[in-house]
Amino acid sequence: MTTKDATYNYAIRLGDNALILGHRLSELCSRGPILEEDLALTNVALDMIGRAQALLKYAAELEGKGHTEDDIAYRRAEINYHNHLLIEQPNGDFAHTIARQLYLSVFEYLFFTELEKSKDATLAAIASKTIKEVKYHMQHAIDWTLRLGDGTVESHKRMQKGLNDLYMYTGELFEMDHIDTYLLHQHIAVDTLSLKAKWQSEIEKVLTEATLSLPEDTYMQTGSKKGVHTENLGHILSEMQYLQRAYPDAKW
Amino acid sequence: MATDTQLDLWEVFIQSKSGLPYIHSGSVHASDVKMAMQNARDIYTRRGEGTSIWVVPAKHISASNPDDNDMLFDPSNDKIYRHPTFYVMPEGAKNI
Amino acid sequence: MHNEHSDTHFQSRIDNGEHIEAKDYMPEGYRKHLIRQMSQHAHSEVIGMQPEGNWITRAPSLRAKQILLAKIQDEGGHGLYLYSAVETLGVSRAELIEQLQTGKAKYSSIFNYPALNWADIGAIGWLVDGAAIVNQVSLQRTSYGPYSRAMVRICKEESFHQRQGYEIMTTMMRGTKDQQAMAQDAMNRWWWPSLMMFGPHDSDSPRSGDAVKWKIKRETNDELRQKFIDKTIPQAELIGLTIPDKNFKLDEKTGHYTLSPINWEEFHRVVSGHGPCNKQRLDHHIKYHQEGAWVREAAEAYKLKTAKKELVTA
Ligand SMILES: [Fe+2]
Ligand SMILES: [Fe+2]
Ligand SMILES: [Fe+2]
Repeated sequence: MTTKDATYNYAIRLGDNALILGHRLSELCSRGPILEEDLALTNVALDMIGRAQALLKYAAELEGKGHTEDDIAYRRAEINYHNHLLIEQPNGDFAHTIARQLYLSVFEYLFFTELEKSKDATLAAIASKTIKEVKYHMQHAIDWTLRLGDGTVESHKRMQKGLNDLYMYTGELFEMDHIDTYLLHQHIAVDTLSLKAKWQSEIEKVLTEATLSLPEDTYMQTGSKKGVHTENLGHILSEMQYLQRAYPDAKW
Repeated sequence: MATDTQLDLWEVFIQSKSGLPYIHSGSVHASDVKMAMQNARDIYTRRGEGTSIWVVPAKHISASNPDDNDMLFDPSNDKIYRHPTFYVMPEGAKNI
Repeated sequence: MHNEHSDTHFQSRIDNGEHIEAKDYMPEGYRKHLIRQMSQHAHSEVIGMQPEGNWITRAPSLRAKQILLAKIQDEGGHGLYLYSAVETLGVSRAELIEQLQTGKAKYSSIFNYPALNWADIGAIGWLVDGAAIVNQVSLQRTSYGPYSRAMVRICKEESFHQRQGYEIMTTMMRGTKDQQAMAQDAMNRWWWPSLMMFGPHDSDSPRSGDAVKWKIKRETNDELRQKFIDKTIPQAELIGLTIPDKNFKLDEKTGHYTLSPINWEEFHRVVSGHGPCNKQRLDHHIKYHQEGAWVREAAEAYKLKTAKKELVTA
């Protein structure tokens, strides 16, 4: 494995997280609980797709086969996507969306704060732009967690359920495989394992204030780093790739 | 059936550049000040329109009564001595 | 001394080109007309999010996806600005939504047509937003201040909508045979409905008179429609799209295009609820409005709880 190959994989993983979360959030467009919130979630979706574009473009450069970010986004097979399982889970109610946003944005805030120090200049630059966006996503998620957790009996129940349902997918956020370790030694990648304790205490702090509780320890689902997904990703891709696959010669 | 709530009405004022006045941009609905602030940001600064935001609950804004316009605004029409052009300066006076 | 609460005084203010503000005296008919027109406009923006929303997850490039999302988001924002403008007249957004969902208030019929292929996204931006812009530019000078200010903001944001649509159509007309066919198919389906967006002919439009007198409307349906036709046909021809009308021609004397008669029967059918997507659009709106109720209630409950806590600690 060369640094270039490893960095390519690393950029793909980060890009796919942004791409697939952007997909899930954009599914919510025109479905928000109030018009203002509809537009707010669209803003998050736009941040995600913008981030995906930057990362996949960098991946295409590293790959060096003359592909564009769109070729990378739209033309891979399922097994070559490496977004976290958490992200590809189907949308549920608004509490489910907020639970996912909370878990992820707190993680991403910690993650990109570290990635900003990466020796890879492109990743570092993308990270410093991303931190600003993620800070806002995190604030948005925390505020809604408080409102829903400490709102009505129903909202409390729904928020706790959202947190519980998604918890088994959070372990993956902190996994390190050989690519991560290899790049960590070169000061390119982030040591995600070291973020786990901070993440947990951050989440716990918010949940306590929201009168909610951190879900109980459970078996953590895993697979995305190897390209082994839940059944959901295939459906996302068949939709997302539809035009690119149906009209392979067309330019859009 | 419970009557629907669309949350409270807030008025949004945006400063487009530091040093400039805050100008009324429009309204948002929100249940608390944090939400009002975020909604104002998401809705009224999508194209780099702002560097600073004020949000005010609409119920705290009072408007003058148009019936009082005569009383409120007409009396200032003849106070021309409040304007610098009212005064006659000697020929050749500079920087004044 | 004149009476500030008289219709004559009101009309003289209008004739002087003054703007009317929320607290100013206005005839009941003016107020009613405004509420109906602005709320219909607001609902159209919001319902209009749906046909385009149908393609976000299938947008064929990351660029296209971002443009489409940003565009739909703008439309939601337009709905929001307009709801706020209606609220200045003392009608709450909750009431307006109820009027929409019970069928008491209408929205533009154009959004009761389906978005079937990717070129529909081009056609919607180019033709539907294009038609809307002609109307909206004119409405920037409308006599009601809050409406006029909302329209100024909307027009600023609209300026990319039509261009992005025309860009999609252009790209597809320069693309493969399949893409050209999709573009022409979209053109065929959206051309006539977009002309209907301007509403019935002036001769059949009963309320137009008052609206023009009050300067709510600054130009008539037919004037606006003609403007749109005259600028759109050359754009279609430039990229090789065929106008789906065998009889259209340029009248050399007037410089205006003339067309076959519009199918008003179709217009009235769709307005009265029998378009291809009327039910789907309203069902969607009601479903997500209802699914959001517990969220709005939670936000209210949280507000009250935190207000109480602040009282205790104060
Ligand atoms: Fe529109
Ligand atoms: Fe619009
Ligand atoms: Fe538009």
